[in-house]
Amino acid sequence: MRNRSGLAGLVIVAALAVLAVVGPLVWGAEAERMDSTAILQGASAAHPLGTDNLGRDILARVLVAGQFSLALALAATLIGAVVGTVLGALPAVLPRRGARLVTGTVNALVAFPGLLLAMFVAVVTGLGAKGAVLGIGAAVAPGFARLTQTLAASVAGADYVSAARMLGVPRHRILVRHVLPNIAEPLILNLSQAMGASLLALSGMSFLGLGVQPPDFDWGRLLFDGFPRIYVSPEVALGPAVFIALAGIGFNLIGDALVKAARRAAVLAPEKVAAPPAAEQERDPHAVLEVRDLTVTFPGGVTPVRGLSLAVAPGEIVGLVGESGSGKSLTAAAIGGLVPYPGVVTSARLDLDGELAMVFQEAALNPALKVGGQLAEVATVHQGATRAEAWAKAVDRLGHVRLPDPARNARQHPHELSGGMRQRAVIAMGLMGRPRLIIADEPTTALDVTVQRQILKLLREVVEETGAAVLFISHDIAVVGELCDRVVVMYAGRVVEQLPADQLKAARHPYTRALIDSLPDMSTDRSRPLASIPGRQPAPEAVGDGCAFAPRCPLATARCQAERPPLVDDVACWEA
Amino acid sequence: MASPVIVPPAAPKAARATRGAARRAGGRRLLRHLLRLLISLAVLLVASFAMLHLIPGDPVRAALGPAAPVELVEARRAALGLDRPWLEQLAAYAGNALTGEFGTSFISGQPVGEVIAARLPSTLTLALLATALSLVVAVPLGMWAAIRTENGRNRGTDTAFGALTGSAVAVPEFLYSIGLVSLFSIALGWLPPAGKSGPESYILPVLALAIGPAAMIARLARAQTARELSADYVRLARAKRLPALRLHLRHVLPNTLTATLTTGGLLLTALIAGSVLVEYVFAWPGLGARIVESITLKDYPVAQGVILVYGVAVLVVNFLVDFLIALLDPTSTLKES
Repeated sequence: MRNRSGLAGLVIVAALAVLAVVGPLVWGAEAERMDSTAILQGASAAHPLGTDNLGRDILARVLVAGQFSLALALAATLIGAVVGTVLGALPAVLPRRGARLVTGTVNALVAFPGLLLAMFVAVVTGLGAKGAVLGIGAAVAPGFARLTQTLAASVAGADYVSAARMLGVPRHRILVRHVLPNIAEPLILNLSQAMGASLLALSGMSFLGLGVQPPDFDWGRLLFDGFPRIYVSPEVALGPAVFIALAGIGFNLIGDALVKAARRAAVLAPEKVAAPPAAEQERDPHAVLEVRDLTVTFPGGVTPVRGLSLAVAPGEIVGLVGESGSGKSLTAAAIGGLVPYPGVVTSARLDLDGELAMVFQEAALNPALKVGGQLAEVATVHQGATRAEAWAKAVDRLGHVRLPDPARNARQHPHELSGGMRQRAVIAMGLMGRPRLIIADEPTTALDVTVQRQILKLLREVVEETGAAVLFISHDIAVVGELCDRVVVMYAGRVVEQLPADQLKAARHPYTRALIDSLPDMSTDRSRPLASIPGRQPAPEAVGDGCAFAPRCPLATARCQAERPPLVDDVACWEA
Repeated sequence: MASPVIVPPAAPKAARATRGAARRAGGRRLLRHLLRLLISLAVLLVASFAMLHLIPGDPVRAALGPAAPVELVEARRAALGLDRPWLEQLAAYAGNALTGEFGTSFISGQPVGEVIAARLPSTLTLALLATALSLVVAVPLGMWAAIRTENGRNRGTDTAFGALTGSAVAVPEFLYSIGLVSLFSIALGWLPPAGKSGPESYILPVLALAIGPAAMIARLARAQTARELSADYVRLARAKRLPALRLHLRHVLPNTLTATLTTGGLLLTALIAGSVLVEYVFAWPGLGARIVESITLKDYPVAQGVILVYGVAVLVVNFLVDFLIALLDPTSTLKES
């Protein structure tokens, strides 16, 4: 599907290549045959594109000119690629000062249009194909040099380069043996686009009369000859114009496809998901959030959340904990209605009583907008507040979360605040309304421990003051245990255990116990190695029929491998 | 909130220091760019001076042809200062260039400074109109395509947008010029085929010059918008249930502009070169026709002066783009390594 355009480009370029080889052999004589009885004619049966000022057939000349046009473009591209790669590699072997000079020159030249460079060279060498090729080659080189530099820098940190460096291999040898072979592929991919650009620039030079000179001719030169006649017989310019455009498009399509193919992964087709049977049960009148049998599915049978059920009482702080990839953040997104396309959310029940606020990491503030404006817009959009009212409220909320100077902080951009201050601002944003439930998705992960504690304290205060419940999502069971009333443990898209936070030590599920055991604390037995959970959580598309944790579980039996334990009495384990 | 034990978070002093540092970094960045511009201008000046001296043999003899009398050649050489030591020539050339003095044309005897002054405004108008048109059309188009195809939906739009812009990028401006003239001037007779007269004479040249850069900028804007749409702040803005228009225009657009302009700036310099070809097709009374003519006729003083002007234009555009980015993006001072 995606490569169809690449294929089209390949067909065009292959046809042009065949034309370049065959053209002069087949139509060479015809292109040179002069006919004084048929000078400057328009289209006719004998001459479909007319004739030139010597009575030569223009169609034949266009077909023959392909060879010269492509050959010149190839020459310019190769000159540019070789010179550019050398220039780009030089900083890796030169002393620091020389390297900076080369880099600076390349950076200045990259911005310089090829046509101007080509004209400069044309002045020096005089008119002709040689000057144009040299000039365009010089114009192609800086692009290759920049690419080589970037790529070389990206592999410079690779293990094999470090290893070679430690072994005392000289720099030029590292460059030639280790760096260049590893960056050759993207450089070669770039050739196609450079070839297209060279061909267009060379055609442009010839079209201006500055490139190929008679008796030689390329497509640009034929266009130069035909252009003054387009008012009388446009077809004489049509042939060369079409071929120049075709060549430009062909090389560009291939270049695009090559770059894309190197970058993109395949996307699987969506798969129909059967909705889980709606379990008819009474709604819990006391819960602020009630979720039953929540499932999130992506195309290709990837199901990161599988039949999850959860309830949160007013004012309750519930921790949703699990490793990354356990589906906890997608659960939050599903509750907030934020699952990205093409994900499909199904549930037997998803009831939210009252307003919801979502709190993300501090990095979620828009870097381009002032902090106060990002808060205020909640009030202008949803509460019909005027801009002044909304701003005043934003400043008030920022003060509420204890920003040091709310009026000034509101006028600042996020990067002017510290990480902790930004996190407070994000929480303040959630308090612009009157939320009954706050979903906090890893709000403290990026912060250091001291700031983390301040934020946790702030969250607890918010709960005490507003009576809002919190669903706190984290991979850190220590943080969850400290903040929350109740802990829900997720593994591979399912709840495996839920229990009061103060009973974490008495957890029954082997996964919860392993999470707790992997935390060192004062009571850790120092005579034993620090516990970690061997193995890895299965990917969402690789979850089998049995207990997803069984492959990593010390207690697993044959039954665990074959049959999935349901969540009974707040724990999903056959052995607990 | 009545908890008295809470530790006051980061002191305001720290924030103020960050802000001051950012401002100083911004000033330093501007200064560095200015310095870079000056160095580039100096190099350009030397290069345009060297151009004449790199011509193999005697440029005056090359220009006047083998039949020209020796006295005339000598007189021209003296007028160009070619009989003096080259360092002295360079100093004189630089001094003259700074005062807008570029010598006189071999062909017409007209001062090159006058030629440039008379023709530069037409070229500038054309380039500025094309720039404005391409930005105004391309940025919204690219954003629209990104939003419509987010996360792989609307595959048809994806394919059509890719094929259309991909082809539009690959067709050079002189072909657009010829195509537009053939269609709108010759076949339909709606618009003037050449020259600069009324407002309608601007339409075709501006279009021909703008299509390529517009397609490229639309692709950039789309790629950048697609990247931004998956950013954390968009998730937060969505969680705030902002209307789509507000989300895209107020939150996403400012973040895409910087990156789009950074690469888009390079395209605008390409547009300066493209104007030479477009002016040639439309017989536009700008500098483009002059540069071609001067190279063809070996009218070196004109070629030297006009190439210098084009070079300066490229460098100044690059500088202005950098400057604009620094103004638009409050964080760019920190991003600069």
